[in-house]
Amino acid sequence: MHISRGFHGRRREDSEPGRVPPGQYVTGDFPVLSAGPTPRVQLESWTFALRGEIDEPRSWSWDELQALPREEITVDIHCVTKWSKLDTVWTGVSIDTLLEGVDTAAEHVLVVCDGGYTTNLPLEDLTGGRAWLAYGYDHEPLDPEHGGPVRLLVPHLYFWKSAKWVRGLELRIDDEAGFWESYGYHNYGDPWREQRYAGD
Amino acid sequence: MLDGNAIAGTLEHIFGNDMTRATATCAGCDATGPLAETAVYLRAPGVVVRCRHCEAVLAVVVERRSRYCVDFRGVSALRTSPSP
Amino acid sequence: MNWQLGTVVELREETERVTSIVLRLPEWAGHRAGQHVDVRLTAEDGYQAQRSYSIASAPDDDDLVLTVERIEDGEVSSYLVGELRAGDELELRGPIGGYFVWEGALGGPLVLLAGGSGIAPLRAMLRHHRATGSTVPVRLLYSARAERELIFRDELARAGDGGTVDVRFTLTREQPPDWSGYGRRIDRELIADVAWPPDERPLVYVCGPTGFVEAAADALVSLGHDPGRIRTERFGPTGS
Repeated sequence: MHISRGFHGRRREDSEPGRVPPGQYVTGDFPVLSAGPTPRVQLESWTFALRGEIDEPRSWSWDELQALPREEITVDIHCVTKWSKLDTVWTGVSIDTLLEGVDTAAEHVLVVCDGGYTTNLPLEDLTGGRAWLAYGYDHEPLDPEHGGPVRLLVPHLYFWKSAKWVRGLELRIDDEAGFWESYGYHNYGDPWREQRYAGD
Repeated sequence: MLDGNAIAGTLEHIFGNDMTRATATCAGCDATGPLAETAVYLRAPGVVVRCRHCEAVLAVVVERRSRYCVDFRGVSALRTSPSP
Repeated sequence: MNWQLGTVVELREETERVTSIVLRLPEWAGHRAGQHVDVRLTAEDGYQAQRSYSIASAPDDDDLVLTVERIEDGEVSSYLVGELRAGDELELRGPIGGYFVWEGALGGPLVLLAGGSGIAPLRAMLRHHRATGSTVPVRLLYSARAERELIFRDELARAGDGGTVDVRFTLTREQPPDWSGYGRRIDRELIADVAWPPDERPLVYVCGPTGFVEAAADALVSLGHDPGRIRTERFGPTGS
């Protein structure tokens, strides 16, 4: 393999052993990855909905979401394209808050977004303080190119599961593959077991 | 956001021939045009090729450990062009 | 189409941010004007980055030339323009592309619309046109922000011989005091001024940043040009 003299690539930072999942490198940037154009969203008509296997579908407007208890979360995030970013700071509402009092037999969730992007994950992975609707990043409103006004944040899985421009969760009895899952990426996506592709 | 020229090398590697002049018909809206003129999103876990007219996904190319997986389900017809 | 190694023979600073890389490639089989190559860089730990660059030299030229603009935070471009030295080896594959190419057999008349570093493949076409003694009429419009950002300025100005080849410039942000060219972004009127009318059925090549290409292509179509006679190539940042 030819080595290009003097080429180092983007500055990759060091981290303590065990801090970063296998095969990842740490970056100080915040790369923007996208499968399509950035949706333009009107906050006045924006809603987030819980639907599907649920007795009473629920939805929140932007104002209603802002009125819910908010948290500031500091987490590491890991992209399947191998970059990890440490100690990222987000502001948002815990999915546990949105699911309070919901009675459902669903075990699976399909996440739906503006622009048509989808991803799927077990309902369980959205609970227990492991997932949020995030509308702030680094103490500023979340930038559209990073998923603003609101994105899903599920940092214990590869970051393609933290769907940008999120609009709803469809609670399901059966699992349905989302966008990247249907093109060969892993159905679950645990970075610590390096579950990047189907069959890993 | 670039165009199909940006993935010409990848497509030629996969298909063995230049594909920029191959024409694709969008399964969503029937628009037909050369792959060179499609809207290509490169910064993603895979390459996403979209119809310039209706933004529907035409194709997705995922590289998995030095192998390519090409999904063209958004294209209802693909016609290669004669060699120049 | 395999990866091959070329040796950097010379680096020519064209403008503050743009450098031409002259390469010698023992296995190079030639190319068509307008084609590009994929360049691949590998760091010592195996990390790789790959980008596409248009070939700025004509098939008739002795050496292969890539003309690269260093973009802000550009992982590959800041290596190619800044770190790369004569004597270094560069890994690339090509030539690539069958759509954005021109040779005499494709005819004309030819309209070339270049934005910024998009001049590279069009300059290759112009050099090929000259080297083959082509009589196809050519009109080039080259858009840049300021005079100091025009790449190949002298060569292009000389190529505009007032006969077969017509070369015009438009500077969109700053014009020097004695400037006689255009002074605005490409628009419908500018294109109507420069290009042949649609009933002459010119072959049009547009290359540059996405915004430039879309503005030009929309304007051409609104003037009545056949979309099938318009070829576009968008440049832009690709790294993730």
